Amino acid sequence: MTGKTLYDKLWDSHLVKQRDDGTALIYIDRQLIHEVTSPQAFDGLRLAGRRPWRAESNFATPDHNIPTTMEERRQGLDGIRDPISRIQVATLDDNCREFGIFELDMNDIRQGIVHVVGPEQGATLPGMTIVCGDSHTSTHGALGALAHGIGTSEVEHVMATQCLLQTKMKNMLIRVDGRLNPGVTAKDIVLAIIGEIGTAGGTGYTIEFGGEAIRSLSVEGRMTVCNMAIEAGARAGLIAVDQTTLDYIKGRPFAPKGDMWERAAAAWRGLVSDADAHFDRVVVMDAADIIPQVTWGTSPEMVAPITGEVPDPEKETDPSRRDNMRQALKYMGLTPGTRITDIKLDCIFIGSCTNSRIEDLRAAAAVVKGRKVAANVEMALVVPGSGLVKKQAEAEGLDKIFIEAGLEWREPGCSMCLAMNADQLGAGKHCASTSNRNFEGRQGFGGRTHLVSPAMAAAAAIHGHFVDVRDILLTLDR
Amino acid sequence: MRKFTVQSGLVMPLDRANVDTDFIIPKQFLKSIKRSGFGVNLFDEHRYMDKGEPGRDNSGRPLNPDFVINQPRYKGASVLLARENFGCGSSREHAPWALDDYGFRIIIAPSYADIFFNNCFKNGILPIVLDRKIVDELFAEVDALEGYALTVDLGKQIITRPSGASIAFNVDSFRKYCLLNGLDDIGLTLQDAGDITGFEKRWKEASPWYFGV
Ligand code: SF4
Repeated sequence: MTGKTLYDKLWDSHLVKQRDDGTALIYIDRQLIHEVTSPQAFDGLRLAGRRPWRAESNFATPDHNIPTTMEERRQGLDGIRDPISRIQVATLDDNCREFGIFELDMNDIRQGIVHVVGPEQGATLPGMTIVCGDSHTSTHGALGALAHGIGTSEVEHVMATQCLLQTKMKNMLIRVDGRLNPGVTAKDIVLAIIGEIGTAGGTGYTIEFGGEAIRSLSVEGRMTVCNMAIEAGARAGLIAVDQTTLDYIKGRPFAPKGDMWERAAAAWRGLVSDADAHFDRVVVMDAADIIPQVTWGTSPEMVAPITGEVPDPEKETDPSRRDNMRQALKYMGLTPGTRITDIKLDCIFIGSCTNSRIEDLRAAAAVVKGRKVAANVEMALVVPGSGLVKKQAEAEGLDKIFIEAGLEWREPGCSMCLAMNADQLGAGKHCASTSNRNFEGRQGFGGRTHLVSPAMAAAAAIHGHFVDVRDILLTLDR
Repeated sequence: MRKFTVQSGLVMPLDRANVDTDFIIPKQFLKSIKRSGFGVNLFDEHRYMDKGEPGRDNSGRPLNPDFVINQPRYKGASVLLARENFGCGSSREHAPWALDDYGFRIIIAPSYADIFFNNCFKNGILPIVLDRKIVDELFAEVDALEGYALTVDLGKQIITRPSGASIAFNVDSFRKYCLLNGLDDIGLTLQDAGDITGFEKRWKEASPWYFGV
């Protein structure tokens, strides 16, 4: 008999009922909630006269609509200038109160982007099934949890039944062998993966990321990789549990303590794919081949190495892809053959659930320290992923480094990752962004997003165009 | 939920791969706490020449004449013909809500993003997967014939073309059953409440650390 993959194990351990038609009821241990995709679900419960099946399994925090300037934040809900956003955030508070759900409200020091806060609080634990009405729920797979993004009807379904209706996905292993080059980060790995397999490459699969380069990442870096599994088309990404995982979780507020910790940790050590497990698809990459990545188009798969150039659609043989490339270049205002390093930037955004954790901020600060943001950069935002990340960064003096270099130091939230609040990218402006989506209009109407790592965004801020951060790091070492 | 049976409808082509949910309904409209009213802002960034805002009157906004939804021949369409990886991007259920509110009941494409595909069924929309070759043919046929309509019989899993020729399609049997009967998932799942309680008890004994707090 062949062994099981990590995904198989997580699936099997949560299987409540298998139906004949292939769908299954999967038990959900944790639901994370934010203000945008939950109001209609709570409404549905109310209309049907239902209560949450297990209220304490839910964990809420507002993030998408939250203003990120101190001045606004100080005023609480009143500081949210857009009345529609304000109602949405207030509605979350009201719903959590009414249904007895734990919430870190907008001015709690622990508030932040739900995918940063969950792991930070230990509300995300290995071996759990986790859902959230947000596609980047895949992030939590970095801790060996089976985490799915779901729609609002499913949010309501999970609240009411503690279960999700699912069909089992296929198993994919993406193995990144060898050691990473200096200056190359988790973000570059995942962008290179998406460049390789495409944005639909993982559709229908749960992707497990493995190999030496993945194992050597911190949990923060692993979250960056799993965060973008959805950008490769996979609803869930996974990384096996190891000592790094356990060290990360130990002592966090919602994590088990004492004797219970020992028992849990022992169980979690088994959350790895068996050596003889079968994967339906295996992709192998060599870490040595990965260098810093920059997206040039309007889909994360439209990515090039920093040493590369904007590709020519006329050389693409597939007509549908060719059209897509043409449309993307038109939108991005780029001409084929332009060197990536010649792309000028108007904006810098360091933040989002992909890259707003402490090590991301450290990496960016190391690059901008003692330098100044280039004159052509109109706006450069650093938005920590949570209040606790912010506090930690300030304790390390990172805020001062950013401010002295001319970047703005903001309050935690999703901010210009999707620009639902006031932080918006102007039409036609190019932005080096550490977020995960470069779709048309994602960061603001007409805005042009280039996805990069925090160090690359920081380097771009200083030079006003993309540069190979490896060159800067060389000079820093000297 | 609305029952889905046999439906005929005018087809609107959207000839573009990787249409993401932000294309379908831009994020500013996600601020609404309601489920309805998104139809006028479907494809907002492409449909209008200016930037749409929630709560704003859309009647006087300048239309983009080049975008397909504004072409008179597709007015009243209820079948959307699309390309690969339709509905990728954010998990927002506002995307199927907007499609539904506008009047689309059926989508035909070679492939969909997973979460979007799922969300359609929960809202009484039928997303049909057809081979790219057939989708190519349909695009050509729609273009050639004004008033091109398709009839979709979910029970028989057959699409009938204006020529009378038919195309068979696959659909998951449970989803088909729910659509045909207009069943609400939650009610169905709660019929298994005993199984859930039983599982929960065993799971709590085996892994009490998930039940702490
Ligand atoms: S940071 Fe961006 S991607 Fe992450 S949850 Fe917020 S809006 Fe979504």
